[in-house]
Amino acid sequence: MSPPVDIETEEQVRIRLIVNGRKVACDVAPRDTLVDCLRQQLELTGTHAGCEMGACGACLVQLDGAAVHGCLMFAVQADGARIDTIEGLSESGVIADLQAEFHRRNALQCGFCTPGMLITAHELLTHVARPSRETIRDALSGNFCRCTGYEAIVDAIAAVAAARAATASQGAEGSSP
Amino acid sequence: MKARAFSYFRAHTIGEALEAHAGAGDDVRFIAGGQSLVPALALRLQAPRILIDINHIAELRGITRDGEWLRIGALTRHCEMLTDPLIAEFAPLLRAAAPFVAHPAIRNRGTFGGSVALADPASEFPAMVLALDAEIEIAGASGRRRVKADDFFTDLFETAIAPGEILVAVHVPLFQAGQRIAFDELARRRGDYALVGCGLLATCQGDLIERIGISFFSVGDVPTRARHAETALTGNRIDAARIAAAQAALDADLAPADSDDVPAAMRLHLARVLLGRLLGRIGEAA
Repeated sequence: MSPPVDIETEEQVRIRLIVNGRKVACDVAPRDTLVDCLRQQLELTGTHAGCEMGACGACLVQLDGAAVHGCLMFAVQADGARIDTIEGLSESGVIADLQAEFHRRNALQCGFCTPGMLITAHELLTHVARPSRETIRDALSGNFCRCTGYEAIVDAIAAVAAARAATASQGAEGSSP
Repeated sequence: MKARAFSYFRAHTIGEALEAHAGAGDDVRFIAGGQSLVPALALRLQAPRILIDINHIAELRGITRDGEWLRIGALTRHCEMLTDPLIAEFAPLLRAAAPFVAHPAIRNRGTFGGSVALADPASEFPAMVLALDAEIEIAGASGRRRVKADDFFTDLFETAIAPGEILVAVHVPLFQAGQRIAFDELARRRGDYALVGCGLLATCQGDLIERIGISFFSVGDVPTRARHAETALTGNRIDAARIAAAQAALDADLAPADSDDVPAAMRLHLARVLLGRLLGRIGEAA
């Protein structure tokens, strides 16, 4: 079955974004999703297009600091917003410990879901310092892993939370007189 | 799966949005959080030629106390329903339902008003708005009006909102001392649509139920008040016999559809189980 053909001309709209700390401008059609814009125009292919209907979580990015699905908003809606993708979070080093722990515990196989998993984990640990395993599973409920690595992923996130808490309490002790 | 091509307009005031809609004819949709609309566009269940983005309309934001009512702006995100102190104090039933709405990233973007306006019969918030006897504020070309929740949900995905009108806010009666709430749902997977869900608000005098609102979702074409079960409980103490009577009364309240994976009898059974649990919880709180 061939896809339906659009007979109308798509208008192009110029949008401006701050992506991973850099100001960029793109020309997009209103129908282009944010994940389309990131992957095709800005060549930031770490954000994955999976189900394209908000179920799998592979397309998560941060919009003005909060995790959102790149497939569930149009790029034109993001005009003026700050977008942080997995590339930006990687380069800044804020998730280096999560990435190392995912690697160490083999919390990925094919890796397709991993960028979305990391963004969910990063957001969770930003809001909840020591989440229970149940809380971690709840937070991951919108991220599909088809290699069934969930157990190792939960292990990795719990281990990072514990390590960060230990570092924080050492830091607090170290600074006390 | 991509949406059909459309033109995009970003509105900054309600007036601007209404005007843009009036000028665009029938083939137009408002977009707020878009967490249900964008998948519908991608699947081409809907294919409007014009999309009017209402996310930047300041008047649709904010949660404020207004006399005996809590005014919840339509653009309040689901995640705000979880964290806003006014929601926790004055609309605890909505706070209790919020963690069950989809997944964290969806809650960051999806809006309370959008959920109520969409009126998905499987969604948590429309049913809770019904249980709370809330009122829905709607703006249109001829001005503002407030519609009682009872008169708001008219049919499957249909509400009292006419084409070209905007849901501005939901007004919820303030939670009072002596009131109790309970909420729960049964789903196969966390964040999935519930097989059955229920929430209730009971006004109690000592351990007597003076008044109770019970709403179910995922059991029919619209969010459903369980009026017969409410009658069975009103004026009574919650004990095993009263709980059984309320559960039996659900036969007259609910008519779930039959499907291969969830037979109607199973859904009705689960509704009884859920109601029993919730009444047990508020009974223990007495």
